[in-house]
Amino acid sequence: MANQMVTASGDVVALEPGLKGVTADWSSDQRAFKNVPWGKAMMWIFLVSDTFIFSCFLVSYMTVRISTTVPWPIPSEVFALSFGGEPIPLILIAIMTFILISSSGTMAMAVNFGYRRDRKKTAALMIVTALFGVAFVSMQAFEWTKLIFEEGVRPWGNPMGAAQFGSTFFMITGFHGLHVSVGVIYLTTVAIKVLKGDYEARGNYQIVEITGLYWHFVDLVWVFIFALFYLW
Amino acid sequence: MAHVEGQQHPIAIYFKIWGLLFVLSFFSYMVDYLQFEGYLRWFLILLFMFLKAGLIVSVFMHMMWERLAMIYAILLPPLCLLVLIGLMTMEADYTFLTRVLFFAGP
Repeated sequence: MANQMVTASGDVVALEPGLKGVTADWSSDQRAFKNVPWGKAMMWIFLVSDTFIFSCFLVSYMTVRISTTVPWPIPSEVFALSFGGEPIPLILIAIMTFILISSSGTMAMAVNFGYRRDRKKTAALMIVTALFGVAFVSMQAFEWTKLIFEEGVRPWGNPMGAAQFGSTFFMITGFHGLHVSVGVIYLTTVAIKVLKGDYEARGNYQIVEITGLYWHFVDLVWVFIFALFYLW
Repeated sequence: MAHVEGQQHPIAIYFKIWGLLFVLSFFSYMVDYLQFEGYLRWFLILLFMFLKAGLIVSVFMHMMWERLAMIYAILLPPLCLLVLIGLMTMEADYTFLTRVLFFAGP
């Protein structure tokens, strides 16, 4: 499938595989990304730029954490939560991670049903994905509230250790939470349009895959934040 | 036109990857829960992180089915970040050193 392309006039053209294909694709007329609709290419390019933004945050977090002479607060203890008994380390963050991964799974299913032109299942799965997103943001709001009002963490300092902990935490998780919130709005909008049959006329459900790319990216960023901020 | 453009793959592969992601997340949580320390901890965190990231990008985001021209255009530019990480590590070490020298006086 990756080695042939259907042109606008309906002809099937063979494409070169491998490295030769890279040079052939890039030096060809009009479009470098064969079989990739422009909307999807644009979303990928946006995601690359977003990668750099999140990387800047994570690299600056690394920089302040290396350079501080005050001990860094231990995330495992800061984010522990007790349900009556002994506090369980990082439990809320673990649940949030599983929620986001589940939402990625339902999103992948939605894309699949979109291409099968099963409108109801596609829209339903996208709404489920959005609801997982809402659950994630709600838990994050709970986490922030606990951190601000009970632990006394502020962007300029905290009782546990290095002052930079608060600023990096609020910046990184805040920006990620914003992405999740925007994703929820984006998903809901597209789900409603799918349900109304707006894409039925052209039978083109690529928009679901493009929305999916954004959502998977949000999950991807969380993988890095979870590993580098919470576990490190 | 009978041709269907877009990525269509059997649902089974998504379920497998979904399961794998759950297992890997559980492992990375266990790294913290079992309180591994030092290089073993950092190695395991990074290992599970890259495995999860790889699975999400290649299967969920369909990168493994794209053409090489696309894969290179998207995945190679972020490698520049390695240079930034290297530079900032050096810078941070230097800042740490000067702070130790000037703040930790008697």
